[in-house]
Amino acid sequence: MAELTNQYILDKLIAKFGSAILSHEEQYGMLSVTADKDSNIEILRFLWEESDLEFQFMTDLCGVHYPDADLQLVVVYHLHSLVKNVRFRLKFGLPIDNPTIRTATAVYETANWMERETYDFFGVIFEGHPNLCRILNIDSMEVFPLRKEYPLEDPNRIDKKDHFFGR
Amino acid sequence: MSHVQLVNEIEKETTTINFGPTHPSTHGVFQNVLEVDGERIVSAVPTIGYIHRAFEKLAEHRPFNQITPITDRLNYCSSPINNIGWHLTMEKLLGIETPKRVDYMRVIIMELARISDHLVCNSILGVDTGAFTGFLYVFQEREKIYDIFEEVCGARLTTNIGRIGGFERDFSPRAFLLLDKFLKEFPVCYKEFEALFNRNRIFMDRTIGCGAISAERALNYGFTGPNLRAAGVDYDVRVATPYSSYEDFEFDIPVGLHGDTYDRFMVLGEEIWESIRIIHQALEKIKKEPAGVYYSENAKSIYLPPKNEVYTSMEALIYHFKIIMGEVDAPAGEIYNCVEGANGELGFYLISDGGRQPYRLHFRRPSFIYYQAYPEMVKGGLISDAVVTMSSLNVIAGELDA
Repeated sequence: MAELTNQYILDKLIAKFGSAILSHEEQYGMLSVTADKDSNIEILRFLWEESDLEFQFMTDLCGVHYPDADLQLVVVYHLHSLVKNVRFRLKFGLPIDNPTIRTATAVYETANWMERETYDFFGVIFEGHPNLCRILNIDSMEVFPLRKEYPLEDPNRIDKKDHFFGR
Repeated sequence: MSHVQLVNEIEKETTTINFGPTHPSTHGVFQNVLEVDGERIVSAVPTIGYIHRAFEKLAEHRPFNQITPITDRLNYCSSPINNIGWHLTMEKLLGIETPKRVDYMRVIIMELARISDHLVCNSILGVDTGAFTGFLYVFQEREKIYDIFEEVCGARLTTNIGRIGGFERDFSPRAFLLLDKFLKEFPVCYKEFEALFNRNRIFMDRTIGCGAISAERALNYGFTGPNLRAAGVDYDVRVATPYSSYEDFEFDIPVGLHGDTYDRFMVLGEEIWESIRIIHQALEKIKKEPAGVYYSENAKSIYLPPKNEVYTSMEALIYHFKIIMGEVDAPAGEIYNCVEGANGELGFYLISDGGRQPYRLHFRRPSFIYYQAYPEMVKGGLISDAVVTMSSLNVIAGELDA
């Protein structure tokens, strides 16, 4: 069995999805691909079904907020091909005023709570999710606390300003 | 109206009961709204988040050194694994290579933590099936593990053990003595524990076939660790992507067959023996390494300089001040690093923007991910089975709620 290289995964994805693959990079040995959010399920299914990839294990799903980017919210999937022992990162950028992406629960059962968590903290709407409601925070909460504009503590505190620490 | 008619006319009803969050058999703050038909569970809806402490938000506002105590409070039954997992992540980001001796010391600490975690899980399962004695036996041994932690780092439960780049101090001679003592006495005790349980008719009747999950479903649910292995998949991070020199050790991965509570119990038990094997090997290997090496020389930017140098040299004083104040910048980068936690793959997804604190830190918490399979696992079973399934899954509230 030939080893599955990052270049091979990338070539296969570009050959199949072409312009939907927006960018890619490799950091610390892990390939990271950013793709168009409208093809997320197709890409996940392709990675699952393709016999020489077999990314059938979802390790992790989480959100990231980049307030300065065009697509402010990013949903990050970490996939793992247990057969080939290769990990792979997949990212989809979403606009903040309409943060919707199709749910991955049809492919991976495990995405259920992880998507709820991402909704809870970032406000990403997963279309078609069986039960998209808050999971760790209280239901009556109105904000999405892991977005960068949400302060960690009372912003009116004056004893913790950066200039006191020379920053 | 005859009696038969009356019975036919009564509509069949299910009962809804609140199971938890403070029910003693749930071992922590777990709430499940159970719909039961008599004693059979029709559906279960877990509510989590009772002890959510916003660790990911906190981590975005803390320097890297100060995140270690946060990781303590994830899976608090085996804090050292979380601590060292975080240190390994930072070392990978900073490009720090650690000496073999440090790796082996870490392996010893992590395997001790794994034993203590598995002891809690297995003995609590005993308590839930009505055997309190075993719990008391093995907790004496767990105490000895905590004595070793105390000797190494000064703390017992939330350890904050080690530093980024190595350990804060070398293992003392007493720590090695305690280790030897533990390795001598523990197998005797655990053999007794196994004799009480492994072929115990009552225990087997209670656990075999209870809360079972197939390998396919377990993988789809993102199971890792002993729970996945009990279902028959031999995935172990220590072997798949070795860290901290685990590739130097020889050990087996026990797997189960049916993924039920009994298999989970047996897998955890066997893993304890494998851990003992690894610790023996690590102690042998440490003897061959140069003595007194307990941190990496090239971790200077983040590892505190020796105290006597801080008082005598300017450079060391500056480093000391910068590190304590958390003014150490890490290179920008994205990293996913994972370790084999006691109950599954514990992952750290770290995004650094080149500043003094993470831009984003996400913990892949194994119990959060596999606890969502709980309703499926208890469906159709008895309420008493739900209790047993919960404790054998080794769900830790601190890790579940982050």
